[in-house]
Amino acid sequence: MAATDKQPVVVTSAGPLNAPASALLTWVDQRFPLMALWKDHLAEYYAPKNFNIFYFFGALAMLVLVNQIVTGIFLTMHYKPSATEAFASVEYIMREVWGGWLIRYMHSTGASAFFIVVYLHMLRGMLYGSYRKPRELVWLIGMAIFLCLMAEAFFGYLLPWGQMSFWGAQVIINLFDALPLIGPTLSTWVRGDFVVGDATLNRFFALHVIALPLLLVGLVAAHIIALHEVGSNNPDGVEIKAKKDAAGRPLDGIPFHPYYTVKDAMGAVFFLFFFAVVIFFMPEMGGYFLEYNNFIQADPLKTPAHIAPVWYFTPYYSILRATTEEFTWMLAAGTLALGGLIWFTAKQQTVKLAGVAGAVIIAAAFFLIKAKVWGVLLMGGGVLAFALLPWLDQSPVKSIRYKGALYKTALTVFLVSFVVLGFYGTQPVTELGTRLSQLFTLLYFAFFALMPWYSKMDKTKPVPERVTC
Amino acid sequence: MADDNQPNPGRRKMLTLVTSVAGGVAAGAAAVPFVTSMWPSSAVLAAGAPVEADISQLKPGEQMTIEWRGKPVWILYRTPEMLAAVKKDNDKVADPNSKNAGQQPSYAQNEFRSIKPQYLVLVGICTHLGCSPVDRLAAVPEPFDPNWQGGFYCPCHGSLFDLAGRVFRNKPAPDNLEVPPYKFLSDTRLLIGADEKA
Repeated sequence: MAATDKQPVVVTSAGPLNAPASALLTWVDQRFPLMALWKDHLAEYYAPKNFNIFYFFGALAMLVLVNQIVTGIFLTMHYKPSATEAFASVEYIMREVWGGWLIRYMHSTGASAFFIVVYLHMLRGMLYGSYRKPRELVWLIGMAIFLCLMAEAFFGYLLPWGQMSFWGAQVIINLFDALPLIGPTLSTWVRGDFVVGDATLNRFFALHVIALPLLLVGLVAAHIIALHEVGSNNPDGVEIKAKKDAAGRPLDGIPFHPYYTVKDAMGAVFFLFFFAVVIFFMPEMGGYFLEYNNFIQADPLKTPAHIAPVWYFTPYYSILRATTEEFTWMLAAGTLALGGLIWFTAKQQTVKLAGVAGAVIIAAAFFLIKAKVWGVLLMGGGVLAFALLPWLDQSPVKSIRYKGALYKTALTVFLVSFVVLGFYGTQPVTELGTRLSQLFTLLYFAFFALMPWYSKMDKTKPVPERVTC
Repeated sequence: MADDNQPNPGRRKMLTLVTSVAGGVAAGAAAVPFVTSMWPSSAVLAAGAPVEADISQLKPGEQMTIEWRGKPVWILYRTPEMLAAVKKDNDKVADPNSKNAGQQPSYAQNEFRSIKPQYLVLVGICTHLGCSPVDRLAAVPEPFDPNWQGGFYCPCHGSLFDLAGRVFRNKPAPDNLEVPPYKFLSDTRLLIGADEKA
């Protein structure tokens, strides 16, 4: 079909356009699917009518992404990615560039805000089962965004070239060192030197300002395309596409535009209010958003007396620190217990054997491979475990509203573990802190590992036919 | 050849496969310079000469730090009490006899991990994840060990090392601190990064 065969679409939600505007729109539409995109993703994308406060965070994450990109571009105009000049150039931005302090604080506060809204966005998915069929790919693309975001935050944190920048990068790059055989070569390759130095700073800058943002924007687009293909979940976990009116519109759906564009705009105003309070009155947030030691220039000969990552990495940092040689015994015992559980509950003989064999091999590996390597693997596993949720959750219902006491308890224990691990990750090492971190590391992983059992045993309530409010 | 205008699925499949393989090989080969560009440059590889340390001002019980290959190297002048403390730590540390040969030259694979017992030379980088441990040289009770005999504490992940750089058991660090190659040029001058063999 030739482009000129397309019927012009000239009516928008604002009413008929005047003649020149409508002619222009027709001209564009015959060459680019502008109105079709508008309809598919906004005006005629039907979202459930019962979204609650948790449904603001996806839109807010996009708002923060825009904030990071715009402020980042302007920071790049003054920043110098070299070990001798980086620290001074950040201070130059703060003191000499007109409005530089504001742009810098918008960027540094934006990084923490990004993780706040993304963690709440993920919690929303866990509360209402948004990862369940048919939204597995939406969830997995979201996981890729989460990993990308962590890498972006990590690369960005080296750029001010403060003490925490330097030693944080030193520790994280040395994680690769732990890998058997290729470890040392890999970490040298990542650094471009035998220690964190000018080469490292320069490449982190390249990755932070171009490689990862490109990837991030592409993944966000994929996340939304996948979401709009399957449709949004809602707090009831009811598929609104199951009940449609004569015109094929979901009975419980409302057009995203204007209903949710307006609602999200209101959410954005609320968010920006709090965001502005932080930027103007507490940009360092008591050392949690910008660590005090990072106002001292990097010194390769001296680690600060207390080093901790920025708050959003601390739960995983705690897991890393908790994995001592002693703790591998607990992990091996836990793995064997899981193998036993598979043996006694699995129906197929092959699953039984595979479960037990896998558990024995992993349990043995806890003793054959050094605790340091396990610390790294568990830290990575703690992040990646979320990706398995669509397959671990065996509950007949999606939303926590209709799940029973078992799942609610498990999720509460998980959230407490996350917060406690996060807290101890900010603290210096103590005996009590290590023991508690080990306990909560076990509980953190138990939430995922035992989910196939407790989600199935859980007493669920009947799910209504249609959304409830 | 009456069928010349008919598609031949087998031939198409084969051509697609061959083109994909050839394209894949070309893409892989093209990636090589990009991957190697991230390896330490020739200039970086050429750096890293041995450095000299003057220890004439170092008093018993004191420690100094010098930079070698971008890393801190500690030189600690141990008192007789400190050497006695090393012996007391034998049952607390993971590798009391320095069996892991990679962590020190053979001439430092001994009770005090040094050429002269009083002078300890260590690379001040934790074998766990590369932080620089801080010195807690005095034998006083510490929050991390009420029976502390003096040594080094890594602020990042809590690894402990004694006054010979030997790692305590049940700590995240897997190995003793590294002893770099070194030699005495005279009684008061040390060369770090080269030894008699070099």
